[in-house]
Amino acid sequence: MNDLFQTFVAGLRLGCIYGLVALGYTMVYGVLRFINFAHGDIVMVGAWLCFIVARAMHWTGFTAHPPLYAAAFVLLISMTACALLGWLTERLAYRPLRRAPRLNVLIAAIGVSLFIENAGQLRFLFGTEPQAMPSLLPRAQTALITLLGVRITVLDVVIGLLAVGLMIALDILVFRTRLGLAMRAVAFDDAAAALTGVPVNRVVGMTFIIGSALAAAGGFIFATEYHNLQQPAEMSWILLGLKAFVAAVVGGIGNIRGAMVGGLLLALLEQFGGRYVSNDLRDVYVFAILILVLLVKPGGIMGAQVTEKV
Amino acid sequence: MEETRNRLSLTPVLLLTAILACAGCGKEPAGQNAAAKAGGPKPIVVGSFLSLTGPTATFGRTTQQGIALAVQERNAAGGVSGRPVQVLFRDNQGKTQETGTVVERLITADHVVALLGEVASTQSLTAAPIAQQYGVPMISPSSTNPAVTQVGNMIFRTCFIDPDQGYAVARFAYDNLKARKAAVLYDQRQAYSVGLRDAFTGWFKKMGGTITAVEAYSSGDSDYSAQLGRIRDGHPDVIYIPGYYTEVGTIAIQARNLGLKMPLLGSDGWESPKLTEIAGNALDGCYYSNHYAPEDDSPQSKAFVAAYRQAYGTTPGALAALGYDAANLLFDAMTRAQSLDGKDLAQAIAQTRGFVGVTGTITMGPDRNPKNKSMVILEIKNGQPTYVTRIQPPDEK
Repeated sequence: MNDLFQTFVAGLRLGCIYGLVALGYTMVYGVLRFINFAHGDIVMVGAWLCFIVARAMHWTGFTAHPPLYAAAFVLLISMTACALLGWLTERLAYRPLRRAPRLNVLIAAIGVSLFIENAGQLRFLFGTEPQAMPSLLPRAQTALITLLGVRITVLDVVIGLLAVGLMIALDILVFRTRLGLAMRAVAFDDAAAALTGVPVNRVVGMTFIIGSALAAAGGFIFATEYHNLQQPAEMSWILLGLKAFVAAVVGGIGNIRGAMVGGLLLALLEQFGGRYVSNDLRDVYVFAILILVLLVKPGGIMGAQVTEKV
Repeated sequence: MEETRNRLSLTPVLLLTAILACAGCGKEPAGQNAAAKAGGPKPIVVGSFLSLTGPTATFGRTTQQGIALAVQERNAAGGVSGRPVQVLFRDNQGKTQETGTVVERLITADHVVALLGEVASTQSLTAAPIAQQYGVPMISPSSTNPAVTQVGNMIFRTCFIDPDQGYAVARFAYDNLKARKAAVLYDQRQAYSVGLRDAFTGWFKKMGGTITAVEAYSSGDSDYSAQLGRIRDGHPDVIYIPGYYTEVGTIAIQARNLGLKMPLLGSDGWESPKLTEIAGNALDGCYYSNHYAPEDDSPQSKAFVAAYRQAYGTTPGALAALGYDAANLLFDAMTRAQSLDGKDLAQAIAQTRGFVGVTGTITMGPDRNPKNKSMVILEIKNGQPTYVTRIQPPDEK
């Protein structure tokens, strides 16, 4: 029982990351109908920025005692910078291709992805060595409560609250605000939306900004949870991006609630399969479920009932 | 109108290309030695392929420093038979595809007489068939997988091999730590790790111990809770993790968080200052096997440590020592070789007897591996590896 719950908690931790990253894929697909392959790299940038800010403030290393606000500060900087980066990629690489065939945009996305990955290896950016990301929260690993023999740490609670909070905020934004209405309008039919006075370019820009900021939050959670930041990107970030993309498709691409559900589902599947069946097949489960969903329910688990696409 | 639109869409693409091109410039491999530019006799050119960037960059860089120190000392002492030595360092970014390209280029374009590299066995195994095919002798300073030198008669190494290393850790766990139950967590993407898994489990069972679990991960993974959970079921006395420092630190932290308190055991892939930087104090009281300890008080070792500290300001690790030994062994063979032809040079390397290096005395065996090289066991104390004991390779194989 203890072990079952332990695995469940590990799945939730991973699911928070997949879910947040999947949101970006799904939002962009909803609005522009294309897969932003550079989204996984934004996650990498987000995670590494957390480390760079922490290092610049001397919050890393054995002797560091980061102040209480350290985590919030780092998260804010990382989210802001990634939002800017996301907006820039859209403005420079995708917007000029808005009326071009979809394949061109897809190729541009791969180009942006390769650009970010390789530029990241520059010495004055992230370099090429793995780095240890310290926990920025004081006493992060102390158990807050022990539930069924499983230590739920301060870090777990903070991360869970952050992920759920961001997801709820996004849900409110999309379904309850004028901006959300505009996004859904553009997703439904961008030409018609433009005719009714929706500033399409600005709405698309906002979509990238929000999606990238969420990706940065995913990167922040990854960095504080797993401590180890890898470089170059193909070491771990590309697989993370791919799995989040699968989560978006499994949940129903274009559907934001689906992305969250898909992320959690995928992470739980990975953890339980790895724990009780075979860990060697971990990545196989993820991609097998993708094939299964595409065969049985191509619209994704949550794809059928919701008509709004954002 | 049409024209403007085209220009508009091209601008960002051009911009990106320009930035990308600039980014590429910074990544050119380290420059060539100054010795070549001076007049006098033509230098002997040796190629070295290492991961100077990439996930195992500290392996490549420390090895490079060891080799560079050997070259510097050799040239200051008059070079090899009156000719200076020049080493071309090439970066493979820790990628197998890149290793193939770089080695091929060193042989066909730079016409090197010999190759020094790599650290990771997977990379050496990629390079070895190429070196063998072109008949260029290659010495791997620190690839411990047995298959490396089995590629052919041009391939040598200066370190011990994994079956012996696995034995050393099994022996230490069984005799010194009195462990009777062990679990193994290995990296399925690395030939090195797979080889050590087999060696350790084989020897540990032979000694009378039990293996409770054998679990795998892949380089670059970040969540190990599933494997560690499965390992916990068997209640092992020790966990053997023959991986690279990049993942071991994270594994240690997660193991401690899951309440696994037993010592973790490792191999020479742990050797990096990054290890404890990532792990913090999670690895205190853990042990790993290595080629060399800076505390070694042989005169060669003392002189090397002093020279290295003076040159780089840090204490040399095992990989620097092995790089230094591999380069010096090659120079020694060059002075004895009839010519610098691949065949003659390989023969001279094969005939190395009683070469006194920093990591021990090297006599090449018929399998092109050094005979009977002893291993050291290090314990991590307060984040610092400290010498514990020395273990001889097994008599029977």
